[in-house]
Amino acid sequence: MNFLRQTAVRLGYAIALLLAVVVLNFVLIHIAPGDIADTIAGDMGGATEEVMAKIRADYGLDKPFIVQLGLYMGNVVRFDFGYSFFFNTPVTSLIAERLPATLLLVFSAQLLALVVGVVLGVISAQRPNGMLSHFVTLLALFGYSAPVFWTGIMLLIGLSLMLPLFPVAGMVDARLMDAPMWRQYLDVLHHLLLPALTLASIFLALYSRLCRASMLEVLGADYIRTARAKGLTEREIVYKHALKNSLGPVVTLAGLQFSAVVSGAVLVETVFSWPGLGTLALQSILARDTPTILGILFFSALVVIVGNLLTDLVLRLIDPRIRSGGG
Amino acid sequence: MTNSPSTAPLLDVRNLSVQFTTRGGTVTVLDDISFTLERGERISFVGESGCGKSMTALALMGLLPAMGRVSGGQVLFKGEDLTTASPARLRRLRGNEISMIFQEPMTSLNPVFTIGQQISEVLRLHRGVDNAEARDRSVELLQAVRIPDAAARVDDYPHQLSGGQRQRVMIAIALACEPEILIADEPTTALDVTVQAEIFALLRDLGAKLDTAIILITHDMGAVAQMSERMLVMYAGRRVEEGQVANVIKAPAHPYTRGLIACVPHITSDVDALVDTLPEIDGIVPPITRFGRDECLFAPRCAKAADECWSAKPQQSDIAGHSSHSVSCWHPFGTEGSR
Amino acid sequence: MKPAADSAPRRGAEIVDKAQHPLREMVVMFLANRAAMVASIVLSIVVLAAIFGPMLHPVDPFEMVWAPFTPPGQEGFVLGTDYLGRDMLAALLNGGRVSLTIGLVAALMSVFIGISFGALAGFYRGLVEEVLMRITEFFQVLPTLLFSMVIVALFGASLEVVTIAIGVVSWTAVARITRAEFLRIRELEYVTASRAAGASNVTLMTRVILPNALPPIIVQAALMVGSAILFEAGLAFLGLSDPNVVSWGQIIGSNRPYILDAGFTVTIPGLAIFVTVLSISLIGDGLNDALNPKLRAR
Repeated sequence: MNFLRQTAVRLGYAIALLLAVVVLNFVLIHIAPGDIADTIAGDMGGATEEVMAKIRADYGLDKPFIVQLGLYMGNVVRFDFGYSFFFNTPVTSLIAERLPATLLLVFSAQLLALVVGVVLGVISAQRPNGMLSHFVTLLALFGYSAPVFWTGIMLLIGLSLMLPLFPVAGMVDARLMDAPMWRQYLDVLHHLLLPALTLASIFLALYSRLCRASMLEVLGADYIRTARAKGLTEREIVYKHALKNSLGPVVTLAGLQFSAVVSGAVLVETVFSWPGLGTLALQSILARDTPTILGILFFSALVVIVGNLLTDLVLRLIDPRIRSGGG
Repeated sequence: MTNSPSTAPLLDVRNLSVQFTTRGGTVTVLDDISFTLERGERISFVGESGCGKSMTALALMGLLPAMGRVSGGQVLFKGEDLTTASPARLRRLRGNEISMIFQEPMTSLNPVFTIGQQISEVLRLHRGVDNAEARDRSVELLQAVRIPDAAARVDDYPHQLSGGQRQRVMIAIALACEPEILIADEPTTALDVTVQAEIFALLRDLGAKLDTAIILITHDMGAVAQMSERMLVMYAGRRVEEGQVANVIKAPAHPYTRGLIACVPHITSDVDALVDTLPEIDGIVPPITRFGRDECLFAPRCAKAADECWSAKPQQSDIAGHSSHSVSCWHPFGTEGSR
Repeated sequence: MKPAADSAPRRGAEIVDKAQHPLREMVVMFLANRAAMVASIVLSIVVLAAIFGPMLHPVDPFEMVWAPFTPPGQEGFVLGTDYLGRDMLAALLNGGRVSLTIGLVAALMSVFIGISFGALAGFYRGLVEEVLMRITEFFQVLPTLLFSMVIVALFGASLEVVTIAIGVVSWTAVARITRAEFLRIRELEYVTASRAAGASNVTLMTRVILPNALPPIIVQAALMVGSAILFEAGLAFLGLSDPNVVSWGQIIGSNRPYILDAGFTVTIPGLAIFVTVLSISLIGDGLNDALNPKLRAR
């Protein structure tokens, strides 16, 4: 009951945020120099004032701001983000084609960063001054300071060009069109590994450092002393009693990073020619394809919001205190 | 007490010393502690915070903090020296034959597991029972510690319980394997007065039923009188006085014990006499760096302090007429005609 | 303020014991941090190279001076030439100017916005806080890079637009920290005392609370300069920077198709970004140690 109410509140809030993104989109179109008529006229190689006025009337651009906003929102609710003159396709279908690749990249990078980060964090918490702890600190400094696109290019030079272990670009090998499904999945995984690793490199060390700090704190807690007094082995204490308690802060941080992961994905997709929203965004920006750009902004915000909702869900699974709605 | 000297006591602690190694050097936090505990007996360790009573308990459990180590003496549990036992052996004893409950019931239970899971864990670990049996047994234990509607509460998480109930759960965990010794480290300090009395009653009843010896660690003389037969007073890592609770309260021999008892007016009737002598204990516990010196560490706070108190550690001596009452003091009350 | 060294058994703790004045204590603490010291020296070199380098090495970074892909050290080109035969050293020095300037200005801008939002929200509470924090959350939901790409796309890729696009999207962390500090400090006694003494709200915010809220904000601001440099590099790498100036990210972006022929044209500017941002974050760490010695738990 409580759970349902909380979920409803969260969903309502998420929808409000999305509507705000739509309004922002619309305002951006309005305050930016030039409008759709200019774009179309540009495509046609110039147009007379009458033709321009005709186009503006066709697209409702002569109506008052608030009416136009209403029309735009009405379209968005029907998932209609307009038509891309550059790609000659409705924006929604363009995005639908690219979204899965971005989702795959974003979520596998987050998962990779979380799993490896937590493992490194837990191990280094057991020896706070050991080699691994220092390595994690160094990794964190690298992850924070190195431009992610440069990290990607360096990996590409090392592991695709000098040692041809991984494919250089793209998501699928066209030669495998007729291969069995499992072979194609494996191929996507093969293509995915370097981009996901690159993207994860920003966040991996961040998570492992927080996990280490959180583990160190939890290991000093009273209930860990209780666990010791029960006669549990160090292994059970660390991996059962301490780990579940120290995951909360890490998952919360991962949730906050979703926006940054999507940002990073734009760069990583560009480096590895990954056919996702990021490469589409760059293409449409260079082509001044405003409807597509704004559609991408909307969907990327949607990815972040869904990521945050998922984070909430995971946190509830981990911590019963959040589940029952207590502070 | 009619102990036959031929049978070894359940627990025999001999000259136990513990040192901490810190950046500042080595400090002696426990200095030459000896005592014995019989099966089913209840003893209290009394003293101010930092006097080493909790450290004694942790040393018995083999749970000293990383910077601490046993630097001398023995802990003989049924004849086996625990100070030299392997970590695996200690783990088999902990929670099984020697259990411990702590001061903070609010934080001593793991917040992300149900109380049923936390009780079952010790049963599975030490008794090797399967999940279903562990669960049934957990419900019985919750009933035994008088938690109402135990069958439903077994799936609750700690945050759904009150402080008193959580301490009951801790007791259920500690007694699950029917241990020989239960160490209760200030188990009621964080609880309401009414709840305190209930917890003590519960500990007494269950201890008697299971024939479990109980070591109560406290600074509360009222709790001592309620809970135990024998008491051991500690100061600055040393034992200063030991004896039957009735004898010690009636005629405390060490100035420090006198002070402690005088602070709690309701446990003794002839308070006025005591208050005249020592209304309260002035001063503070010496810094830990002074622990272990060859002097009486209470001397700075003692009205009776003389030269020898500052130059040598007082030895333990029996008090005439009370075979089990002993004191470590150069000028104890009641033995040299100071009254 | 008592030296907090007793709780922090760290390098330099003993030295701090001797320092009495809080400011001197901070300086001593910072100097005792070896990594932060080395980083300060490295960053100084980078900054000096960006300021004076183009004068000492007056080569036009856009001019084709030699055969493309000349490796570093050959033909008198310390860092070689790029795919159009342009001098890499000149590009790196001139690019440093742009990268550092944009990083600094954009970070200052976002710190200013963040402090304004956080201070107002933390000081006034209630509806003001609600509205401001909702706006902050809204900005957290938009992927920052995409958002600034959109701004650059709509308003044109000039230095000013790029700087504003970075500053406008990256202030949320500062706002959160400032608000938290204001919420904490506004309840302290000296604030109540100043209020009772008749200080206006503006005075309370800017003269009483803000100075005491600064330490964590300063640390965050230092880190912001680093992330703004990375941000600018990202935009420039994508080709969304002023086409009339060189910047480190832009060198990497334009040379990217030729990594097989001349990896150094990409490796070198990347290293420059890495070393600069690394120095800044180490300095931030050092500042953190110096400003809140009590909070460190390493």
